[in-house]
Amino acid sequence: MSVVAAPAGVLAGRERYRALALRRIVLLSALAAALFASVCADMALGPANYTIAEIFESLFRSEHVSDQLRVVVWDIRMPIALMAVTVGASLSVAGAQMQTILANPLASPFTLGISAAASFGAALALVAGTALVPLAVGYMVPINAFVMAMVAALFIHFASTMRGVTVETIVLLGIALVFTFNALLSLLEYLASEQALAAVVFWTMGSLTKATWPKVFVTAAVLAGTLPLFARQAWALTALRLGEDKAASFGVNVRRLRLQTMLTISLLAAIPVSFVGTIGFVGLVGPHMARMLVGEDQRFFLPASVLCGALLLSVTSVVSKTILPGAILPIGVITALVGVPFFFVLIFGSRRRAW
Amino acid sequence: MVAVALADLGASYGKRTILSGIATDFLHGGTLTAVIGPNAAGKSTLFKRIAGLLAGPGTVHLSGATNGKDPIRYMPQDTGGNAVLTVYESVLLAAKQGSGWRVGDDELNGIDEILRALDIQTLAFRELGELSGGQRQLVAIAQALVRRPEVLLMDEPTSALDLYRQIEVLAFMQRRAATSGMAVLIALHDLNHALRYCDQTIVIADGRMRAAGPTSEVITPAMLRDVYRVEARVERCSRGRPVLIVDSPAA
Repeated sequence: MSVVAAPAGVLAGRERYRALALRRIVLLSALAAALFASVCADMALGPANYTIAEIFESLFRSEHVSDQLRVVVWDIRMPIALMAVTVGASLSVAGAQMQTILANPLASPFTLGISAAASFGAALALVAGTALVPLAVGYMVPINAFVMAMVAALFIHFASTMRGVTVETIVLLGIALVFTFNALLSLLEYLASEQALAAVVFWTMGSLTKATWPKVFVTAAVLAGTLPLFARQAWALTALRLGEDKAASFGVNVRRLRLQTMLTISLLAAIPVSFVGTIGFVGLVGPHMARMLVGEDQRFFLPASVLCGALLLSVTSVVSKTILPGAILPIGVITALVGVPFFFVLIFGSRRRAW
Repeated sequence: MVAVALADLGASYGKRTILSGIATDFLHGGTLTAVIGPNAAGKSTLFKRIAGLLAGPGTVHLSGATNGKDPIRYMPQDTGGNAVLTVYESVLLAAKQGSGWRVGDDELNGIDEILRALDIQTLAFRELGELSGGQRQLVAIAQALVRRPEVLLMDEPTSALDLYRQIEVLAFMQRRAATSGMAVLIALHDLNHALRYCDQTIVIADGRMRAAGPTSEVITPAMLRDVYRVEARVERCSRGRPVLIVDSPAA
């Protein structure tokens, strides 16, 4: 055990690391290509039978196609296809960072009650007309969803920093939050008018069919705004996975990083939920898929989480259109049906540890 | 050369005082200092306080440091964490904190050098979860050394190592301190290691400093009776090295 003259294999570590990084970049590129293919398929599929060529013509030479085709592609299918991408990516990244800062493989916006809290906030606006932030009544639904999501996220955060609280306790607290907000949601549903009830049910099942361009832009903007925040903390977030003491010994301000991350996660999780409802599976499974593919160096894990979540929801959107011809099934239901078998293949087919 | 002086250092968790009145001025670069004491004496707390990870009364005065950014590095006892990272990545992670995404060849060469020096280059591309406790401890030492600290606080770095690795690591740290001018504080439970490898020793018990100074003057039958509650003596072996012999629990 001494510093000796460099043997022949001195560059082996460096070169192997470079090769590993390159392999991950190739994997990320493959995921991006698969996502592009899935988005194309999502736009090509629908009750109106258009060919891929017609879809591409509408995309790139829209002045040469019929108004009907233009409307179907630009105003119906593309917002849905892109909403699947932005929502899937947002929920997956939120889940990834939640698992990172809480050191818990079961953490996700859904399992820790953040999605349920957001749904309750949205339902409060729809059923009771209650604005939690009175200044912005016009955006009551998403703002209510965000405020409630943040309340739940902060509750989880502060609970996790209390002495004696273990990761198991956090999961139990999250489950308690899920039950609490689901009970409150049921109460609102019980009291709701028929019209409001239908809107609330929309949340609980999750659906992309009401996607619009403004919703796509808002979700994409939130995602684009938060990703650089995580990217800037890539080394610190990765260090957290070595344990709190180890991260602190590396110079990471663990308390501040956790708080900042939790606030950002609540924004990332709340906005999609307020637009498309509760889609549970993506935030839990997307990060695990990413972890199994590229490990937990956040420089690779973060983009992989984005791509895995987006791909998962995009493929789900395609499947939801193809199971019953002419009908689009609720995406929240299909996500689990598509994701679970895929997840099983990854867990049992890969020798790499999932956590 | 770097020097550390502690003046009336203390720390508390909430209202409970864990550490108080720690004062010493003999921590110099190039030396190994053992920090010994019974379980829950406050050794880890002292390290965290020196590293600035805990607040409290008193001061840590650092002089002669040339690495203004990160001169003091604490190596925690916990080598846990179940990250899906290779050993190489975990050492890179320690080296890159606070830096950009780009990884230069110099940084990777530094990791290769540390892994080779600790003789764990064969573990480089194994995942942390596949390692034994002892292997994890060696990786933790690599993570601590990769930023070239001038003061290194090692919290029981040999607790999971086999006998061969224990003496290898301590001898390595002794050489490393001498060649790099680093001041090393090591929390140890094996007092024979302190006698053999450490220039000075600080004894902590119940959050207070009970003795401090050259190791041979600090580890005495009286101190062992008082702090460890054992009847023990320090004898010279056939090679002239001091060896601690424990006879019985103190009456």
